[in-house]
Amino acid sequence: MATQLDVEQKSDTEAFRDEVRQFIGENFPEELKGQGNAMSAVEGPGDETPAQKKWREAVGARGWGTPTWPSEYGGGGLTRKQAAILNEEFARAGAYNPIGGMGVMMFGPTLLEFGSEEQKKEHIPPICRGEVRWCQGYSEPNAGSDLANLQTMAEDKCDHYVVNGQKTWTSGGQWADKCFCLVRTDRSDKHKGISFLLIDMDAPGVEVRPIQMISGLSMFCETFFDDVKVPKENLVGEEGQGWTIGKRLLQHERTNLSGGGSMARLMGASLSDIAKKYVETDDNGRIADAVLRDKIADFEIRWNAFLLTARRAAEESKAEGGVSEISSVLKKVGTKLGQERAELAIEIMGMQGLGWEGEGFTEAELSGVRAWLFGKATTIYGGSTEIQNNIIAKRVLGMLDHQ
Amino acid sequence: MAVLNDEQEMLRDMAREWTTNESPVTEWRKVRAAGDPQAWDSSVYATMAEMGWTGVIIPEEHGGSDFGWLSAGLVVEQLGKTLTASPLVATTIAASAIILGGSDEQKAEWLPRITSGEVVATLAVDESARHDPSKIEAAVSDGKLSGTKKFVHEAHGAGLFVVAATDGLYLVPAGDGVTLHNRSLADQRNHADVEFSGAAAHKLASGGDDLLEQVLDRARVLTACEMLGMAQQVFDTTLDYLKQRVQFNQVLATFQALQHRMADLFADLALMRSAVEGGLQALDAGFRTSQAATMAKAEANRVLHLVSKEGIQLHGGIGMTDEYDVGFYLKRARVLEASFGSTSYLKDRYASLSGY
Repeated sequence: MATQLDVEQKSDTEAFRDEVRQFIGENFPEELKGQGNAMSAVEGPGDETPAQKKWREAVGARGWGTPTWPSEYGGGGLTRKQAAILNEEFARAGAYNPIGGMGVMMFGPTLLEFGSEEQKKEHIPPICRGEVRWCQGYSEPNAGSDLANLQTMAEDKCDHYVVNGQKTWTSGGQWADKCFCLVRTDRSDKHKGISFLLIDMDAPGVEVRPIQMISGLSMFCETFFDDVKVPKENLVGEEGQGWTIGKRLLQHERTNLSGGGSMARLMGASLSDIAKKYVETDDNGRIADAVLRDKIADFEIRWNAFLLTARRAAEESKAEGGVSEISSVLKKVGTKLGQERAELAIEIMGMQGLGWEGEGFTEAELSGVRAWLFGKATTIYGGSTEIQNNIIAKRVLGMLDHQ
Repeated sequence: MAVLNDEQEMLRDMAREWTTNESPVTEWRKVRAAGDPQAWDSSVYATMAEMGWTGVIIPEEHGGSDFGWLSAGLVVEQLGKTLTASPLVATTIAASAIILGGSDEQKAEWLPRITSGEVVATLAVDESARHDPSKIEAAVSDGKLSGTKKFVHEAHGAGLFVVAATDGLYLVPAGDGVTLHNRSLADQRNHADVEFSGAAAHKLASGGDDLLEQVLDRARVLTACEMLGMAQQVFDTTLDYLKQRVQFNQVLATFQALQHRMADLFADLALMRSAVEGGLQALDAGFRTSQAATMAKAEANRVLHLVSKEGIQLHGGIGMTDEYDVGFYLKRARVLEASFGSTSYLKDRYASLSGY
């Protein structure tokens, strides 16, 4: 039996749904239907078309690109339920969320938790409006998996810091306006000597060099800091708190890397659809090569079990109000399956799936090759698979360190 | 673990408490030692019926609680953990055939007696050592069934067989024209070839053409639940062992080579649980059940196979001994993997269902 409360809640949600539909109707340019996010984490900015700009500004003004962030800082201030409705309605209309990038995925949530009032007021609203690109200054040539070994030094000069050192694998560094950075403020303690500092990428002394990757693309950069002056108010949290804040940010990164966003984007059409296009089928529409058919089924079963696991992790987190312990496996499994899929797609397509450039290949074929190669990074970045295994063994399974 | 409602949580906690306290693996050792081909304790099954476990999927009008498949799966998972021998899985699968395909009279005749625990029932499909429901020769003429079914689970002690014949599913009560030939498998549980020679057979006529497949999907999912409990238990036991065993003056759990293997198994277990629970939820929702059930058993096969092998290897020599439980799980695992579809059978089926 529906109670009075149910009825009220229902009418509230329906009213909100109407509001979203009206907003989309008034603001979403028809020509953008079915397009992806123009501001993703790893791709270049491209040139924003007037229609894309209009849509970004409209969504940004409402804070609906960051729907659950507090409205006082420019977020949508919506409940999870309302955010879900927003998603549904965007999907229904073929619209995308134009607000994205590392500011939304990683830095924003972390700053909301650890930043000062002034920092939140300064940095969160431009993220919500999609006006500022952030990049991540974590890894260094000698600090990859052993991240806490980082050596980039921020020297205290009373009213400011002077930063010297080198970061690497700075995703999108060549396009970024600002960088959230882990720097060393104390050489005497590996972990407690690390601080979390915000650096303007156009500050004097910052130099960015894109790195050409095996995929032929340059999504990552080396970033050099040569006597870069950084104001003291750009320190997040206390001096020496950087490792704690930095790890928290990595949790946001893992959630985003595994969950789906980036992985799902790399996935494209189903393997069986690709196979039907490239290899022989029998009279019943079955893939004639029984071994290949078996490999595809084997993959798709595990992939679907992974998708169910991602959904289950989300449901458990919501019900229990914390992070589900199976969340720890999502990054490791999702990235591995993504790579397997890319390899299988190539096996299906044969030489046609290995085109590098030029005539004789479709756009999808060419981008598939680049995605296959780029995908090799997914089990290395964001905490490599080996690091994930350490985390699962120690934190979830309680297996101890060597004595 | 799927998010449960109160009644499901209660049922699971009750099953967990009962199996832990009343039916640990030592109880299975006693049943095994007794050497009876039935290989389950009748008083244990009576207790299960008293606790309501025999009626979890049975409609209330026939004495059941109609809690649904997710609830049934929660109980079976707990039974799998301690290798509790009982005909609950077989009987629940057979009951589902009656619910899906039985007439009102057939339901009224059998379901209350199944709920009360009076009747044990089981599904008899395969006629060779490998699961293949497309190869059925058992046939009924003038209400009499003739044919032989191989490796039927819980046949000893069954009062009712649900038998796949060339033209559909039939109810065949134990008795005249039904002969059992014991088949002792590595798991030392209850299996027999069942020979039907002119046994009285009553058709389950209401289920439609795909009744057998619908019942097999339920068999696959429920079997996968038992396998999930087993895999979880082998994993937990192995983890405990690694935390205790000392070599080179180090607890084994501190070795990274072993940590990463356990992390891999933990991830696979997560996928297995999602697939199995997804199968149960699909049965309850009645949506894309064939695909979900096929996936559930395929993942259960894959992961339990791996976990049961690794369980022995990670225990080392002690895992090879009868004194340790881990070997029981290995032997039971392979029997369940072969039941209602091997991994290759299920992958083929999944591909066909997906249109490739």
